[in-house]
Amino acid sequence: MYEFDVIRPATISEAVEALADEDAQALGGGQTLIPTLKARLASPSALVSLSKVAEMIGICYDDQGRLCIGAATTHAAVARDTSYPALSAMAAHIGDPAVRNRGTIGGSLANNDPAACYPAGVLASNATITTNKREIAADDFFQGLFETALEEGEIVTEVKFTIPQAANYQKFIQPASRFALVGVFVAKFADGVRVAVTGASEEGVHRWTAAEEALSSEFTPEAIADLTVLSDTLISDAHAIADYRSHLVKVMTGRAVKAAG
Amino acid sequence: MDISLTVNGHKVTAEVEGRKLLVSLLREQLKLTGTHQGCDTSQCGACMVHVDGLAVKSCAMLAVEADGAEITTIEGIAAPDGSLSPVQAAFQEYHGLQCGFCTPGMVMAATALLAENPKPTEAEVRDYLEGNICRCTGYHNIVKSIMAASGQSVAPVAAAE
Repeated sequence: MYEFDVIRPATISEAVEALADEDAQALGGGQTLIPTLKARLASPSALVSLSKVAEMIGICYDDQGRLCIGAATTHAAVARDTSYPALSAMAAHIGDPAVRNRGTIGGSLANNDPAACYPAGVLASNATITTNKREIAADDFFQGLFETALEEGEIVTEVKFTIPQAANYQKFIQPASRFALVGVFVAKFADGVRVAVTGASEEGVHRWTAAEEALSSEFTPEAIADLTVLSDTLISDAHAIADYRSHLVKVMTGRAVKAAG
Repeated sequence: MDISLTVNGHKVTAEVEGRKLLVSLLREQLKLTGTHQGCDTSQCGACMVHVDGLAVKSCAMLAVEADGAEITTIEGIAAPDGSLSPVQAAFQEYHGLQCGFCTPGMVMAATALLAENPKPTEAEVRDYLEGNICRCTGYHNIVKSIMAASGQSVAPVAAAE
């Protein structure tokens, strides 16, 4: 790793102040960033660790009844929580136990890895991403491979979920990396169904709107039987060609619908 | 940066660079070489230690982040008189190792698992070991060892799913 300083602020405002230096970078649990730094793919002058920012850690409800997860809350903590079982089940299968003890929801969202689980859970749940500056709807937050609506120096502080009537996440793992080769999160709300797909697309996490329409009128795996996922924007690599990913999106969506009931 | 932490029950202070990894602090500065550095890409789990009771890969955590934490390494698992912990004794009894390189991480993972789930199923044991790679044993004897350490029957151990 190149040399860098580490700053460990205790509050969001101190963290934001430290991140005003354009060469500084926020550090969540470091389960992606530290390997990235080891590979010398980044050379920040300073890392601003968010692990001591108490106001960003923990799970509670706001006055509108939304589930609020602090951005520095670990996957393991979300996995243990019982408020939103589908989201907890998803968190319980990210990486491995040691990764889940360090990795955080905010870090995962800010990184927006195209094969990460959390972006699918957040997008399908129509969650709201709170930063130190504003609230961003999930539909506006994810903007492609490793791209988000976050501006320089802006940090995710909290994620707010309206818990759906039914939801489930199905992940087909890439056997070496254990990331999602394809992952599908389905969430059924009173006003419709949302389906978010990770791992599959060159454009990162995205919604499968045709499936949403079909499932909103009939919430069964059969409802999507006649749909086809267009493979022209899907990833083709050594692990799976685009047509296979297309097939998996449909299969995983069907399984998620069945499991969600 | 100066940090102070507790390692295996002993208060420790150290001066570390920002980029110093916890595994390097343990091995190079504190000379606790029982924690192994295998892949250095946070895949293999040989460097696993407990940070405030939680299993963590020490190659994927900065030493400065351990300031104020309680760290347990493989050297802190046996009793002060040197008698083996139940997990260590079971690894010995059931041949849960061959070359031994992954063993410190395996013991730390198994100890963390049994602390939160004292009677895991075999499937739960295998699931928990997802981040610990062994290239010798094929995992069967490791799983047997952990089942035995939890006081459960060790045979038959079925193949992985």
